[in-house]
Amino acid sequence: MRCTSIACLYAMGVPVHRIVILGGGTGGTLTANRLRKIYHPDEATITVVDQNDDHLYQPGLLFVPFGVGTIKDITRPRRTQLHRDIHYSSSGVTKVELASNTVCLTDGSDLDYDVLVIATGATLSTDETEGLSGPGWMEKVFTFYTPEGAAALAAALRDFQGGRIVVNVVDMPIKCPVAPLEFCFLADAYFRKRGIRDRVELTYVTPLDGAFTKPVCSKQLGGMLDDRGIKLVTEFNTGVVDGTGGRLIAYDESEIPFDLAVVIPVHSGATYVANSEELGDELGFIEVDEHTLQSTTSPNVFAIGDAAALSASKAGSVAHFEGEVLVENIHRFLDGQNLDASFDGHVNCFIESGSSRALLIDFNYETEPLTGHYPGSLGLPLMKESRLNHLGKLAFQWIYWHSLLPGRNLPFVTSHMPRAGKNFVAPIQKEHSR
Amino acid sequence: MTTTTLAGIDVELNDEGFLVEPSQWTEAMAVDLARKEGIDPLTDEHWKVVHFMRSEYLAKGSGPSVRVLGKTSGVTIKELYQLFPKGPAKTAAKIAGIPKPKGCI
Repeated sequence: MRCTSIACLYAMGVPVHRIVILGGGTGGTLTANRLRKIYHPDEATITVVDQNDDHLYQPGLLFVPFGVGTIKDITRPRRTQLHRDIHYSSSGVTKVELASNTVCLTDGSDLDYDVLVIATGATLSTDETEGLSGPGWMEKVFTFYTPEGAAALAAALRDFQGGRIVVNVVDMPIKCPVAPLEFCFLADAYFRKRGIRDRVELTYVTPLDGAFTKPVCSKQLGGMLDDRGIKLVTEFNTGVVDGTGGRLIAYDESEIPFDLAVVIPVHSGATYVANSEELGDELGFIEVDEHTLQSTTSPNVFAIGDAAALSASKAGSVAHFEGEVLVENIHRFLDGQNLDASFDGHVNCFIESGSSRALLIDFNYETEPLTGHYPGSLGLPLMKESRLNHLGKLAFQWIYWHSLLPGRNLPFVTSHMPRAGKNFVAPIQKEHSR
Repeated sequence: MTTTTLAGIDVELNDEGFLVEPSQWTEAMAVDLARKEGIDPLTDEHWKVVHFMRSEYLAKGSGPSVRVLGKTSGVTIKELYQLFPKGPAKTAAKIAGIPKPKGCI
């Protein structure tokens, strides 16, 4: 009799690897699909766990407030993004018990693993900022980082006839660190188109000492805010959001008044991480080796995407680039080989600048975003506004569902940062701070 | 990069005033560094944060952010700003003789 069930294979002593992936978003889905390509179902079971079946194309959230697309347009079932022979479990996670290699699910069942991949991303900790989710939340104070928030903001912007709008990043790290800046550029273009730009005061409020984290890019993006008449307030550490009074109040007691606030709340890892001994750091992110993605505390645990505590941006492109190294390393780990320490922190982001134009930036752990072209001298212009980049950003949604999630290699796109086409003039290397 | 004298010893500070070589740091230097930041004297509460920053740096290779400090140091974020009005993580790191905490990107 042919042995088909995993229990049967186990009973016969056939080694079957049990790979459990927590999170069915960008990182979890592409990892599962890539693993399925290298392991036959008889060699490994792959189980993806997620608490709901809504796979959201998160870059699309940026456009929803401006009436471009709806939440329905950017959401698909998680299950259907997974290849055949990948198990899908729709459940929350209570905790991970590292000592026994077990994941405890909220439905009361347990999942044992040989390798665990944490891909549960980042969550918004709205409650960590006093007043943020209090009176005025979703009436005068919004975020576009959630589907509900983006949809509510669309209605609020539509009705907005003039006044002070602040866009505030409470603290880093956040997902897609350029998105709040893009929101400012798009808001500028949106109100111009409506003919009321002169009645709207736009202010970008950040805890950083510039518009962005990377010096060269920060200068350019800061200049773009200035060109559009968007005020920049730096080193503002929001302590309280007063929705009723319409004020952002910093810990040093300075205040910024608003009629409408778009706030990006602080981010944390998934809740179960905090409930799992030795799994994550103080913020619930998973500490992993920055080149292999293996947990620094448990060799059979890996993390990908926003869930990982890395100095790379929390962005879909990073999860995509990490995927290749991660899958190789899971394979090597299960084979008892040395891991591949080649993830270089590669980040690639389109930055919408309004009026159907966008910039593109490409960088890694060591190299700042530079001018030039990507992925080579004949490619898309870097650090420069162009219509081509905007079209690239729009085309990316199709690529996301049809190539990136299924785990296909994208033509001309490598997981390591390409050097060709870039203008390597000083300063090219970031200063090592340790 | 500038050379300066802290607690009678010549040391190098980077452009932002952080000690270039954290291993040269002494508590006496911390007093001088704090004075440069307008903090004089360093109270027990200041020292608690400064020592915490330094031990985190020595254990992990990087000083914590304000948010992490608020969660782990036993001092609330509000109190941290009262102690170090110009920015707790940056100022306490400077006084603790460790590099500026890495900005998350």
